[in-house]
Amino acid sequence: MTNEFEPKIVAFVCNWCTYAGADLTGTSRIKYSPNVKIIRFPCTGRIDFMLLLKAFSNGADGVIVSGCHPNDCHYTSGNFHARRRWITFRVLLDFMGIDINRIVFAWVSAAEGAKWAEVVNSTVNKIKELGPYENYREIINEVWEEEKWEI
Amino acid sequence: MGGRKMGNLNEIAAHLLQNDDVQLIIGYGEGSAGRVRPLFVSNKKATEKLLFDSRCTQNLASYLYKKEITCLGKPAIVANIRTLRGIIRLAAEHQLEDETIIALAVSTGDDVKELRRLEDMEQYLSEADLQLKKEDKALLDKLNAMTIADRWAFWQQEMAHCIKCYACRQACPLCYCTQCTVEINQPQWIPVASSKLGNMEWHIMRSMHLAGRCIECGQCGEACPANIPIHLLPIRLAEEIRELYGSVTGISKRESCEMSSFQPDDKEKFIT
Ligand code: SF4
Ligand code: SF4
Ligand code: FES
Repeated sequence: MTNEFEPKIVAFVCNWCTYAGADLTGTSRIKYSPNVKIIRFPCTGRIDFMLLLKAFSNGADGVIVSGCHPNDCHYTSGNFHARRRWITFRVLLDFMGIDINRIVFAWVSAAEGAKWAEVVNSTVNKIKELGPYENYREIINEVWEEEKWEI
Repeated sequence: MGGRKMGNLNEIAAHLLQNDDVQLIIGYGEGSAGRVRPLFVSNKKATEKLLFDSRCTQNLASYLYKKEITCLGKPAIVANIRTLRGIIRLAAEHQLEDETIIALAVSTGDDVKELRRLEDMEQYLSEADLQLKKEDKALLDKLNAMTIADRWAFWQQEMAHCIKCYACRQACPLCYCTQCTVEINQPQWIPVASSKLGNMEWHIMRSMHLAGRCIECGQCGEACPANIPIHLLPIRLAEEIRELYGSVTGISKRESCEMSSFQPDDKEKFIT
């Protein structure tokens, strides 16, 4: 048994492209890292940045966000809206000192089963290199001053 | 110029009330300890107490939609540049209709311009200086030049003082939602008590909800009892959005919100 760090990755994907793409990865019997937990959304336009924060506050070391390629969104423009929000979100996180390398954004279509495996594997490798997200864990596990009091 | 009248603040205010052009004047009055405070005047006599000087920096636009104020009737509002930008942005977001308020635009001293239409306010703003305060610009530059680890340390230390009073939200002219996500508890998006994680999540959320809307007035930071330069977060996004999409907020009633629009060929370099 090795003690190698196994990162926890949460993937937020849209139902119509990436989820179907991930399905194809499976039916094509392509092996990929089991570190990822996939959460299905109707569209990338529904993936609120608050959900990404919740993944981190629940102990994720990395996050993947993926949906249909531009012009392929099932709802026409959900991914265009999402893209603008991601651009802004990354700027804000970076300005606050949060490591944006831990969030990977991708377009994976329903036909790109191999790409999905590649996105997951490369993300897992990248997060393994970065190690556990210590900064974040520290603030999650903050000890309350009150609890430190001795009565 | 159409709709512009000039004169002394107290006289104009008294006149507006007397003519029943408005029922309320929102302005500044003498406060305690040498500071000014917002003043709400609905009778002619009390207009004497209105003042304007260099201490009157508060953005008063957030009072325009608060229920306890709107029930007092049509207002005239003493408006510095920030307040005017707040008014225009509220109009752009359909929170305020044309000709429902009168702005008493003031720069310094006695020179007051009465602006009745949004168009007049836009015109006034087109001649105004919209630069960030020097201290803010300096701190912004300093933060931008830091390493990511230093920025983390800076904000963690600052946000540790946050007591979650939400004064920053109350003071912002653009935080007008009647139910804020911080008050939703099913699910509980943000922990209620002040904690490192919750404070950070709160500030990320507030800034994201103001992205593309913030008029860079700095009022949130000024309202903060813990002196956290919290205004720099939405202002940092405003700067970025200006750079990316060329949009300035709070200057035109027809301006859009960059976060609810898009271009099919928006550029980015990070999506694989
Ligand atoms: S600086 Fe932006 S976020 Fe802060 S009060 Fe002004 S408009 Fe609101
Ligand atoms: S005003 Fe200051 S202390 Fe109050 S919630 Fe905002 S940042 Fe925190
Ligand atoms: S449905 Fe896939 S991104 Fe909108």
